[in-house]
Amino acid sequence: MTTATDTPQDLTAEQEQFDRLIAEDSRIEPRDWMPEAYRKTLTRQISQHAHSEIIGMQPEANWISRAPSLKRKAILMAKVQDEAGHGLYLYSAAETLGTSRDTMTEDLIAGKARYSSIFNYPARTWADMGAIGWLVDGAAIANQVPLCRASYGPYGRAMVRICKEESFHQRQGFEILLELSNGTEAQKKMAQDAVNRWYAPSLMMFGPPDDDSPNSKQSMAWNIKRFSNDELRSRFVGMIVEQVKVLGLTLPDDQIRFNEETGKWEHGPLDWNEFKEVLAGRGPCNAQRLERRRAAHDDGAWVREAAAAYAAKQAAKRNELKEAA
Amino acid sequence: MVGGSQTGDDGAKAPSAEQPGHPTAEPWPLWEVFVRSSRGLSHVHAGSLHAPDADMAVRNARDLYTRRNEGVSLWVVPASAIITSDPDAKGQFFESPQGKDYRHATYYTKSEGVKHL
Repeated sequence: MTTATDTPQDLTAEQEQFDRLIAEDSRIEPRDWMPEAYRKTLTRQISQHAHSEIIGMQPEANWISRAPSLKRKAILMAKVQDEAGHGLYLYSAAETLGTSRDTMTEDLIAGKARYSSIFNYPARTWADMGAIGWLVDGAAIANQVPLCRASYGPYGRAMVRICKEESFHQRQGFEILLELSNGTEAQKKMAQDAVNRWYAPSLMMFGPPDDDSPNSKQSMAWNIKRFSNDELRSRFVGMIVEQVKVLGLTLPDDQIRFNEETGKWEHGPLDWNEFKEVLAGRGPCNAQRLERRRAAHDDGAWVREAAAAYAAKQAAKRNELKEAA
Repeated sequence: MVGGSQTGDDGAKAPSAEQPGHPTAEPWPLWEVFVRSSRGLSHVHAGSLHAPDADMAVRNARDLYTRRNEGVSLWVVPASAIITSDPDAKGQFFESPQGKDYRHATYYTKSEGVKHL
């Protein structure tokens, strides 16, 4: 890369080019000049997103061995494998901003990086697999669809791929709940209990209310974020309020209403202190999730080392053959 | 240490923000993955991944980018082997289309209404 970017005059020209691309709703690509703050914001957001996918494998992986049928087991394995894939797409996108995947992994296992607060709640029953798919993946989709148009090219492309795969996740969760709801009295109760527990945490996945979300404004100005937290949350409430009727279940919120004046769905108060506590590492499962991730990293070390050793050996062999020829 | 992904579809070399003080295990090289979605179509860039060697890169690419029959053929290319045009020289490098409308069929309007032309 040329180093002619040092003089203030060039910086201004580059900033202008960046601003023009954003104003045109065009895309920024990895080798383009970008403001340091833009790079930093994206690195933080995309890596946190990647970590969430990776940590998000845990609550569901815990249920693979206890899935009620071979079909459900196969579905759950496919879903957990997808989450791993989504994590890798996102790590790749974040890497284009200049931070290596190894560094991001180290930050995660050192407890220095954040991930979505939702994965620090326990998955207590099989019905939780349903509620996670329907509500958690549902909220994720509502959040992620607009990210397909994020101004940073690699992020948007990763999100397109992820959104395509994510819709099966939500549908399989919905189906689990529907089957339980139409099952025995005890099964229906289990489904309702799972919905009761996952409802509020899934609404909080959209992030703090707009007046308490200091970074949102800048992210929207940069076309990273397209809609505010409250806007997306309201839309999501409007979707699930209808869907829950099909399930024959209820949402644990008697204050849901459609505000004719604003044209938006409203919901009851959420416990933002709980959200902050969980985000700060004091949720029900924070320590457990991180411990598990660390153990997986350590337990897998020999695989990584063996693969590297094998690759080195094969390369050496090829070189010998070349020299002999 | 090798920096992050060198490519964002265009073989771009991103500036490295590597922090000192991290364990220095040799990171696996980066590979760019191209998928042919069906016979008759070109391989198209799908994304990238890390793998210790080419064989593992192909296997990982299969698991990562073709979980739903997305491909009938895969290419993996070491990201470091990709040569790119200089993004800072866009204006000079890519010939200006200005004043060269005659390279497009739409330039020729007199034949409008003539069939099969």
